[in-house]
Amino acid sequence: MTSIGTGYDLSNSVFSPDGRNFQVEYAVKAVENGGTAIGIRCKDGVVLALEKLVVSKLLKHGANKRIATVDRNAGIVSSGLTPDGRHFVSRARDEAAQWRKLYKAPIPTSSLANRMGSYVQAYTLYSSVRPFGVTAIIGGWDAEDELPVDGMVGSGPSVGSGGKQEGSKKGGPSLYMIEPSGLYWGYYGAATGKGRQSAKSELEKLDLAAGNLTLEEGVKEAARILYFAHEDSKDKEFELEMTWISSKDGPTKGRHEEVPKELREEAERLAKKALEGDEDDEDTKMEE
Amino acid sequence: MNHLPQAWGRPRDDVYGPYNNSYLQTSGPSQHTQSPIVTGTSVLAIKFKDGVVIAADNLASYGSLARFTDVKRLLRFNSRAVIGFGGDVSDMQYLTRLLSSLEINENYSVTSSTELAANNLHTYLHKVMYKRRSDFNPLWNQILIAGLDVADNPYLASVDLLGTTFSSPTLATGFGAHLAVPIMRRVCPDEEAAKELTQEQAVETVRECMKVLFYRDARSLDKYSIAVVTKEGVDLKHGEKLEKQSWAFAEGIRGYGTQVN
Repeated sequence: MTSIGTGYDLSNSVFSPDGRNFQVEYAVKAVENGGTAIGIRCKDGVVLALEKLVVSKLLKHGANKRIATVDRNAGIVSSGLTPDGRHFVSRARDEAAQWRKLYKAPIPTSSLANRMGSYVQAYTLYSSVRPFGVTAIIGGWDAEDELPVDGMVGSGPSVGSGGKQEGSKKGGPSLYMIEPSGLYWGYYGAATGKGRQSAKSELEKLDLAAGNLTLEEGVKEAARILYFAHEDSKDKEFELEMTWISSKDGPTKGRHEEVPKELREEAERLAKKALEGDEDDEDTKMEE
Repeated sequence: MNHLPQAWGRPRDDVYGPYNNSYLQTSGPSQHTQSPIVTGTSVLAIKFKDGVVIAADNLASYGSLARFTDVKRLLRFNSRAVIGFGGDVSDMQYLTRLLSSLEINENYSVTSSTELAANNLHTYLHKVMYKRRSDFNPLWNQILIAGLDVADNPYLASVDLLGTTFSSPTLATGFGAHLAVPIMRRVCPDEEAAKELTQEQAVETVRECMKVLFYRDARSLDKYSIAVVTKEGVDLKHGEKLEKQSWAFAEGIRGYGTQVN
């Protein structure tokens, strides 16, 4: 970075002569040191997973969850500064509640991502604040059939025009990733944090765009990818945290929930096995 | 006669008397909260050995007009609590949304494995209702909370627009408090009797009471919702029809209507 030390990195919202905002770039650096977080958009749901590095042996195992629920049908996992992530989640919950108050319906995941993107971007504009030190992955499932309005008690006229369109297909899984600059895209698979490079290359191999991966396969892949991405910082212990969201016919009935313990442990067992398999291969190659 | 322009076209005071402006008065307490508008009638509930049965008909009346006939007055809160609303329907909708946001807030943490129990919900609703009546802005409802308490025992309690709470093995709101409670108490006079009562008996009693209410309550309907809450979860059915009605008794009623003798 050529312009470092020339004074353009001391205040937020100030451009350098070559058109960069250094405070935002430093925020990205903060994210790059965080535990790896990934999201996978499967054909019948979304998986969010996090490599939670164990910072102290005095912390209770399995406590202090980092993946948060927003409304009923969306979840957020973030990498970077944990308190910034907490604030991000808190804002997302407020946005979802506000949306419900106004429209009497759950917020679509795309709108949630849009609003959170705008919120994060606003923190790059003022000298009195600093950008968010997190990259957040938002996963959600939008209901595929017509939802009743919140508080609806009747069913409307049984005959005549009710303004309802029969057979219109909508909703489904969505996955967004929001960066410290406020930039966000919709993804098939998203990864951030320390192991993002290897995680991304593994996600690319899954051919998620084809839409063939099922939610249960997604859970197993997510565990495997996080174990794989952890290889570079092998000396550090970590806990695997995983949540999922399925359609209303799926295992979570359209809600964002923690992946059941049995399934997570099974996925971890398979992930470890897959890693050992790789190492065996390497060992045999070396022997040859 | 007053020829000033502000008097042109107005009724003459000397003919009609001075204009009464009192209806324009803006001071004083707001009046629109002081009576319900669109209302639901009775809610009935009875405890049995494994859970609770609760029922309410599907009518929302606008005064004496049967305005809406497909209204669901039983709300499934979670797998262990159902709430039945009598009284104002728009206040019921407000409470439904309030409870929806409560449920969302309760599930923010992905680890929380325990759901709110019926008695927790009753405490919450009591606080809401009491706060509102203390503000002289009551939510015009009588509410029954049926389900399982924290220890998985059957739980049934009520709270009304004054914030009054009450609990009993049989409960009913509105007209049902007069007509259905005596019938239900015959089957289930106390907690001991409730512990002996089977689900079939409880459901049968509630259905019978719904029928009696349809016979005698002019703001009731023959279509109703009924829910059974047990450890297995909530079995909530909407749009049930009253069966085996017999209006033979109506012939014997004298003193109302048009008959002379």
